Amino acid sequence: MTVWRDVIGQDTAVATLHRAANDPDSMTHAWLLTGPPGSGRSVAARAFAAALQCPNGGCGECRECRTAIDGSHADVDVIATEGLSIKVALVRDLVQLAALRPSVGRWRIIIIEDADRLTAFSDAPANALLKALEEPTPRTVWILCAPSVEDVIITLRSRSRHVRLRTPPAEAVAELLQRRDGVDAPMALYAARAAQSHVGLARRLARDEGARIRRREVISLAGKIRGVGHAIDAASDLAKIAEDESGAASTERDAAERQRLMEVLGADPTARTQPPHIRSQLAALEKDQKARATRYARDVLDRSLLDLLSIYRDALVLHTGAPIDLVNQDAMAAVQQLAQAMSPEELLHAIDAIGTARERIGLNVNPLLALEAMALSLRLPS
Amino acid sequence: MTVTPQRTVPPLVLITGPEGILAERALTSVMAEVRVTAPDVEVVRLQAAGYEPGSLMVHTSPSLFGGQKAVVVQDLDEASDELQTDLLAFLAAPEPDVTLVVTHKSGQRGKKVLDTLKKGGARVIDCPAIKTDRDKTDFATNEFRAARRRATPEAVRALIEAVGKDLRELSAACQQLVSDTTGVIDEALVEKYHGGKVEATGFRVADAAVAGNTGEALRLLRHAIATGVDPVPIVAVLAQQLRQLVRVGHAGRGRSADVARDLGMAPWQVDKARRALSGWDAEALGRSIQAVAAADFEVKGGGRDPVYAVERAILTITRERQGSGQR
Repeated sequence: MTVWRDVIGQDTAVATLHRAANDPDSMTHAWLLTGPPGSGRSVAARAFAAALQCPNGGCGECRECRTAIDGSHADVDVIATEGLSIKVALVRDLVQLAALRPSVGRWRIIIIEDADRLTAFSDAPANALLKALEEPTPRTVWILCAPSVEDVIITLRSRSRHVRLRTPPAEAVAELLQRRDGVDAPMALYAARAAQSHVGLARRLARDEGARIRRREVISLAGKIRGVGHAIDAASDLAKIAEDESGAASTERDAAERQRLMEVLGADPTARTQPPHIRSQLAALEKDQKARATRYARDVLDRSLLDLLSIYRDALVLHTGAPIDLVNQDAMAAVQQLAQAMSPEELLHAIDAIGTARERIGLNVNPLLALEAMALSLRLPS
Repeated sequence: MTVTPQRTVPPLVLITGPEGILAERALTSVMAEVRVTAPDVEVVRLQAAGYEPGSLMVHTSPSLFGGQKAVVVQDLDEASDELQTDLLAFLAAPEPDVTLVVTHKSGQRGKKVLDTLKKGGARVIDCPAIKTDRDKTDFATNEFRAARRRATPEAVRALIEAVGKDLRELSAACQQLVSDTTGVIDEALVEKYHGGKVEATGFRVADAAVAGNTGEALRLLRHAIATGVDPVPIVAVLAQQLRQLVRVGHAGRGRSADVARDLGMAPWQVDKARRALSGWDAEALGRSIQAVAAADFEVKGGGRDPVYAVERAILTITRERQGSGQR
């Protein structure tokens, strides 16, 4: 039993981090963990924090290990955002916190899970970190996580030690699902493949029937779009699938949060209008919820586009005859059909179109418009 | 013995509706009417926003020297609870020498006062919002008619194109034309005073672009940008118009009401899209949408020059329209 057991398929990175936790000469004060979404950056960061705090170098059993991993350790702060970006005010608070000595543990550890989102109003939040990273307080450790080094400004990059995580193999993810979540073997393998080794997504696919159905709907769009009118309809279908998913997830949670806030404030939920001081609190909550909904809707849409991309990728793999596993092994018929209908060049064009749409949505282009332009490029050659 | 003329204004007047200039005029005319019968009326104006509790009582209680009073409470829709309570108290026991005029823009606030006013037999003057071009045309025509001047329909249309966005500005422009010129007001005259000024919105830009009218679309775009319209909404409107064209074209024939219901659009939008559709083919529309999507990306920071991006999208749209007309 060790803290590293949930960090799967990352032998090199684990070796580096493990050595740092046990050998003072290999330790440094700022780390940058990068890896594709779902590769376990935040899990690795927490495991590393646990290994640093643990008197036994990461046993995975002691109190220090357990609290560090579930995020309740007094000296381990985990910063993540549910909005689109982390604000500079939060970062300034962190810098102050970083100057304090650890209270119970051996280190004060600050994990920023979304270091790629230190972007609220230009690079100000990232810049606010520079001093704290450059002139470290003894016994304070920063762990930044980002999809790739390019997502972090160069001045942060050069002040931290870089550890790269890779996409874990699908088998390793399936094994984790079986061991940790009790998913049966065939389902675990399907989910791991369909999620393209994204651990969190695979878990969701394995456990949520609705998510599997939505994924199938998205994939079935490929190779069906013919006319211009069809393309516009398909785009609105795709937008709707994503909207349904984000709506289903957030409505209940929003209502529950609102109710809880009302209880905390001692407000009467049945009152037709609330007094001003309660109204302002409610408005602030709604603003946060809206920011979260935007982020979530965008994430869901991006995921749908990745699903769509996977089937074009599989068709391309069939064309080239490369000996690699297909993502959509379970939908072999659809992949073959697509491979027959489109030439490799056309498939590449389609993949490009999906990539463009993702980039556009990331830059705030109206999602429906971006999807329409994409769907128009995905039309089958007549 | 002097004979007091019979007062013609009822003791309660309610001016309701969002159109500010109409409300002001109604207020002016009411006050003028009050002054006909009571030339030395004392007028008190109370702003609902800064109301201090009790001041309504102070102003409405009978004066030692007698005489008529008119109390104007403005913007009841912003009224505090205190003002509403005071108003209700006054309405429960009105003073005979007081004329109470209340203005209310819109919304639910102060509803109880409104209802009580109406029940109390108040004269209600409606000031509905003037939004459509047709309403504005009627408004401008009436302005000229009231000043006993004749204006050609073309002149009125040109005037509304130039200054039609804001009703107050339109009214001022009408007054200027009336006082500064003589004879029939025609298009040339409007051109002389307001020539070169066009209030372009994204919708007008999009209409011109979709109609394939390159020069007009670019001209309107420049006007829109120059008068402070952001490129972002213009692109959004372009996308929306093209999307509607595709969807209406794809929906096939059938009654426009049915199509409208299926597509979640208004029937007039369907009719408009159908008219615009002649001269378009689906492929050209598709290419236009892709151009607009590229422009949206550039407008939102993906490119260097937002205005150029919109211009290029418009040029693509009009070229596609002209191209598909010839095929």
